Amino acid sequence: MTRLRAAPCKPTLMTVLATAMLAGCGPDEIGTEPSLAPEKVENRHVNILYWQAVSTMNPYLSGGTKEVEAASLVLEPLAYYDHNGKMVPVLATEIPTPEGGGVSDDMTSITWNLKRDVVWADGTPFTARDVVFTGEYCLHEEVGCSADASFTDVSSFEALDEHTVRVAFSAAKPVPYGPFVGAITPILQYEQFKDCMGIRAPECTAENFGPIGTGPFKIDEFRANDVISFSANERYREPGKPWMKTATLKGGGDAASAARAVLETGEYDYAWNLQVEPEILDRMLAAGKGEIVMGYGTNVERLVVNQTNASASLGPERRSLHLDGTNPHPFLSDPVVRRALALAIDRGLLVEAGYGRTGRVTCNMVPAPPVYTSTANESCRMPDPVEANRILDEAGWVPDADGVRSKDGVRLSILYQTSTNSVRQGTQALVKQMWQQIGVETELRNIDGGIFFGADPASPDTFQKFYADVEMYTNNFQGADPEFYMAAWICEEAPGPDNQWLGTNVSRGCLAEFDALAKRLATTPFGEERFEIAKRMNDLVVQNHFLIPLVWRASTSARSKSLKGVLMNPWDSELWNIEDWHR
Amino acid sequence: MIRYVTRRLLFAVPTLIAISFVVFALLDLAPNDPTGQLPLTIPPEVRAQIRDSLGLDEPFPVRYAKWMEQFFVNEPLNLIERVFDVEIGDSDSRTRVMSYATRSPVVDIIAERIPQTLWVIGLSYVVGILIALPIGIVSAYRQYSWFDQVGTFVSMVGFSVPTFFTGLLAIILFSVMLEWLPSIYDTTHRVTDLASFWVQVKQILMPVMVLAFYNAAQLARFMRSSVLDNLNLDYVRTARAKGLRERSVLLVHVLRNSMIPVVTMIALGIPTIFGGAIITEQVFRVNGLGQLLIVAIQGADIPMVQTLTFLFAVLIVGFNLVADVLYAVLDPRIRYD
Repeated sequence: MTRLRAAPCKPTLMTVLATAMLAGCGPDEIGTEPSLAPEKVENRHVNILYWQAVSTMNPYLSGGTKEVEAASLVLEPLAYYDHNGKMVPVLATEIPTPEGGGVSDDMTSITWNLKRDVVWADGTPFTARDVVFTGEYCLHEEVGCSADASFTDVSSFEALDEHTVRVAFSAAKPVPYGPFVGAITPILQYEQFKDCMGIRAPECTAENFGPIGTGPFKIDEFRANDVISFSANERYREPGKPWMKTATLKGGGDAASAARAVLETGEYDYAWNLQVEPEILDRMLAAGKGEIVMGYGTNVERLVVNQTNASASLGPERRSLHLDGTNPHPFLSDPVVRRALALAIDRGLLVEAGYGRTGRVTCNMVPAPPVYTSTANESCRMPDPVEANRILDEAGWVPDADGVRSKDGVRLSILYQTSTNSVRQGTQALVKQMWQQIGVETELRNIDGGIFFGADPASPDTFQKFYADVEMYTNNFQGADPEFYMAAWICEEAPGPDNQWLGTNVSRGCLAEFDALAKRLATTPFGEERFEIAKRMNDLVVQNHFLIPLVWRASTSARSKSLKGVLMNPWDSELWNIEDWHR
Repeated sequence: MIRYVTRRLLFAVPTLIAISFVVFALLDLAPNDPTGQLPLTIPPEVRAQIRDSLGLDEPFPVRYAKWMEQFFVNEPLNLIERVFDVEIGDSDSRTRVMSYATRSPVVDIIAERIPQTLWVIGLSYVVGILIALPIGIVSAYRQYSWFDQVGTFVSMVGFSVPTFFTGLLAIILFSVMLEWLPSIYDTTHRVTDLASFWVQVKQILMPVMVLAFYNAAQLARFMRSSVLDNLNLDYVRTARAKGLRERSVLLVHVLRNSMIPVVTMIALGIPTIFGGAIITEQVFRVNGLGQLLIVAIQGADIPMVQTLTFLFAVLIVGFNLVADVLYAVLDPRIRYD
């Protein structure tokens, strides 16, 4: 009786030939009509390409953007930032606010209400216990949790009932949206990870490679540093989503070839983080297979100007050390020189040459969100080498025979370092020419990114050690509030041996007014006053030219023309709305 | 012979230990930081904690000793346990060599990668040999003919143009312009029927041919000179004088003798298959051992780099021995005893 029905799918010669000609034979085909035009069948598989391969699916053990974003397909936080930088509840019913009573009046606790009908991909209910566990998992001393900064000042996590969690802080938190907000702090399942606390965390390979989540996808196969296969989570809380039935996230290669795979060959649907020169990108776009998706977050390519003496003739006990202001830079401590350097730079040209459509000129260290963005520095958009030359002349910096200015035997000769990256080396060369026009001599240097951004205190080449006069890199801040980003520039954060060269005030610039404002910012609630303080802090750093903002960089990725629903999110995981992706 | 092999193997032990120490020391002295690739939004104190949790705060000799124990004692024990399904001692508290980046056992990831590297790089090696030997023989036999001239030119090009260039050229030609072949290798692809086999052939074609071209160029030159050396020797003249056909003179007498150094060359090249062709794997995204190594180097994943380079060292030392033994087997005049 079964014989009369379909023949079993064994790879006999007949079926092999048949499968070669028509579609495959397997459970997938049941219910779909046989079609001789396979391209008409809806393609519900999405191919994503990250040119850096994903190492683990537990973002708490990595912190790398690639791991955080890959995990965001599976794991979800209580709330995340949407493509406009607005906080949106995910596993919570709403965003707690002081007005709504979710944030206590003294700003020392926040209470989250959780959605009630959410289940994990394995069918068990999602409860407050999972949230509390996740917080304790990250705060455990031995785990080396990369999201630790999101949990700053947290004193306790408490499940008030099955669906209510209170996070208490040891100090007033005007912006208490660190823990469990954004893809860097998603919720782990207590049942799965309960034996993986502390020192045992890295031993839980199966758990870290295959976390059970509440997100739109679940992991079918994870190959470390290679590829991840996902399939739709049929228990996802929004019915009918995700539209895609399966997804593949492949890693490896380089940014240019990743762009090519989407824009020119069309093999992939989405390629992440395209740091590619504009002319190469334009040529690829001409193939017409894909488009660029961009979003402007808070990434600013900047020059940081060393305020301490970085001369190689100084020993390690003085070189690039703040020493309470007793070790000033021989000429960069002169505000006129710093101002002239900033005036001479034509940012428009830098954008055009190195970034094209993926960058804009910025005059601020906080380029977004708009409420925090100062409007006091817009004059930087017009370079003025004539004025730069004039103020240098006036201050007594006169050109020598070789055209380089000097004063009292101090020559304006700058060592300018950055990480190795073709766009950065191009920018360096342009800036060098611009500075040459005002009589400043520049020596260029580039350092491998892994070393430059690494924090090996024994290495002389880290950006924090700053054994140079000027250096260039990009920084940004997490979420939509710049409190921590600004606080990094207070005096005591100047890197030195007492903080293992891990201080964050890389320029070593020091202003009493700034430090006082940083203290005020930490206690001022969300509102007009807070915005004004942050803007003033931005202006102090920028107008003193401790930092010269250059380019506001967009988060840039590519999507194929057939892929719809992609909304670039520079504030959180780029894959934040993958459940809405469709064709 | 057996005495010779035993002696060589015993000598290999101190060599390998010295290699492992030098590699470890070099990695330790080099400025690197496993947290160096993290976004700058992660503050320095958190990075310090991450480094502590990786055990980086321990002194150099302790970390080296730990690696030695993990690699030479724990990993073999673990392998035995898994193969024979037994439990030896307290296997739960035995630490394995763990990657800094993935936080998982290094050896497992290497085992996961070996198949694709062997397939792609191994196949390219075989294809390279199959192309090189006939070209080398014919080029030598018809020295200075047009075939030899063209062969010389092509091998010079193949030898001097790096694979990242030929690879990119092939991608632009066959993937971008002609759209015949995929530019990205799908490591999850499974061959189940004819159609999927064809997909596999298409995706493996470019990386294999690019590497085969490079390998063949070197070997063909070597084969040619080896055949040329033999063609002028007395035994060839004797063979011809006996009235043997040119075919058997060339393919039996000359070939056997000229293969001796070539076989040695081939054996010495086998470790490079396992080492993966770092650049080719990166260009085509064949995420094999070579890609694993380069990612680990970039990410300062020291246990991974250490384990991989040490395994490569073992293979090189091993295949050097194999080459020497093969030499004696092929050439009865050579005796090591």
